[in-house]
Amino acid sequence: MEDKAKIQAKEIRFRYMQDMPPAVDGVNMQIKKGEFVAVLGANGCGKSTLSKHFNAILLPESGTVTVEGMDTQQEEHLYDIRQKVGMVFQNPDNQIVATVVEEDVAFALENLGVPPTEIRTRIDEAMEMAGIFKHKHKAPHKLSGGQKQRVAIAGVIAMRPDCLILDEATAMLDPIGREKVMKTIRRLNKEFGITVVSITHYMEEAAQADRILVMNKGKVVLEGTPKEVFSQVDLLHSLRLDVPQATELAQQLRKAGLDMPEDCITEEECAQALAKLLA
Amino acid sequence: MIRDITIGQHFPGNSLVHRLDPRMKIILTIGYIVLLFLAANPAGLLLSGLLLVILYRSSNIPLKLIGKSLKPIFPIIVFTVVLNLFFVTGQSQPLVEFGFIKIYSEGIRYAILMGARIVLLIAGTSLLTYTTSPISLTDAIERLLSPLAKLHCSVHELAMVMTIALRFIPTLIEETDKIMNAQKARGAQLDSGTLQQRMKAMVPILIPLFVSAFRRADELAMAMECRCYRGGEGRTRLKQLRLTSKDWICFVVCVAAFAAIWLTNFAFQSL
Repeated sequence: MEDKAKIQAKEIRFRYMQDMPPAVDGVNMQIKKGEFVAVLGANGCGKSTLSKHFNAILLPESGTVTVEGMDTQQEEHLYDIRQKVGMVFQNPDNQIVATVVEEDVAFALENLGVPPTEIRTRIDEAMEMAGIFKHKHKAPHKLSGGQKQRVAIAGVIAMRPDCLILDEATAMLDPIGREKVMKTIRRLNKEFGITVVSITHYMEEAAQADRILVMNKGKVVLEGTPKEVFSQVDLLHSLRLDVPQATELAQQLRKAGLDMPEDCITEEECAQALAKLLA
Repeated sequence: MIRDITIGQHFPGNSLVHRLDPRMKIILTIGYIVLLFLAANPAGLLLSGLLLVILYRSSNIPLKLIGKSLKPIFPIIVFTVVLNLFFVTGQSQPLVEFGFIKIYSEGIRYAILMGARIVLLIAGTSLLTYTTSPISLTDAIERLLSPLAKLHCSVHELAMVMTIALRFIPTLIEETDKIMNAQKARGAQLDSGTLQQRMKAMVPILIPLFVSAFRRADELAMAMECRCYRGGEGRTRLKQLRLTSKDWICFVVCVAAFAAIWLTNFAFQSL
């Protein structure tokens, strides 16, 4: 078990300032290779802070974070860790460094000192994977939000990371852009085996994950498969979180005395259950 | 209206001048500036002007643009010309004498030469920015200055700052537009009132703009760290600048032209 864990956090605690309550308070968790994990939680619950520990942007006050056995506290592993764990943030505008798409995708590789000919093949590959190859000579500000976010993703996957952390990466996008970005991410996870940790407010996105972590006040309060987590509708509501609409509907119907299953989280499952009832 | 601002004034094209190595272009432009001051005679300046017209033609940049680039510095040209006119003294009798103002024929000659020199200077350097994209210009500057890095000058950092500034110009212009509209929606009057009132009205635009720029800078720095940025050391580049034989031929031709123009000095010495 231990050796299969990509990222492992043990009892980590973090405070932004001495006199503030801890933003992350004693979190124990692990992320396995190839997994798709969604992290949910209301604003200010510490989910962003937690994710920033995974690539040594923040270091825990106490406890340890290890990435493939490398402790994030150790300075000599810093760039190995950052290369293995890529991070995409909310606002694509604030992540793009260069004035041409392909040069931005190349940025990380230039930093890592990869030879120019190899940079060429790797960025072409990354842009292909993120579906932005045809825009490679454009200026980033001429692209839509979803396209810009995919440029940011390409810039990270060009490093060939094993793990991708998305810090509300779809929050600023319109529905079409969000769908395209999610499709790209699912493809990276399924086809290329990249581990994905997605911090999100969209329950429909979380429902597609392998596992969900729910955070509240710096602690992990609930953990499990989407079906296990979303069946706890009342607990989630008390944490100021929603459940997917399909789950909500099923629960309301159950309350009204209909025989709906507790674990329906996608629209399709809900529709099938309803069809069974009507038959 | 704010969207019309284009910085760098780059006109993309595929001419020989456009395709020339940016480092070569910078060096030749500097050479041209030096030449303008060395060739201190009418024929020299005339030939320099002619050379510039040929270069503009061959790069398909309309000559009208020279006028456009001269507009902002027109007052400086007038000021320089007038100053030279009044303050250059000669051995011969003044042509005009009016109180303390004395205008000599040397003054007129010198004023005209100086004016022409500034016009050519601006037109020549504009050709560089017209035909070179800001990003390759930054690249070229970084590489030309790279020997200075050995003297502990932060050349890479300077180039990085320039790249990021160029990248954020459109983003910040968009943001300014948004903030202006937001303040207008709250009843701010930006285009009316006295100069003082209008300047005061800019404050509620500049403050949010600065705050958001700092926030962006913070996030960008984190995103750069996530992508393993650690300064210029050990960094490679996607685009390699390589001097080809074409670049060297252009260099030799230009240097020959500069030398020929410089030689007019000696021809004119007798005058």
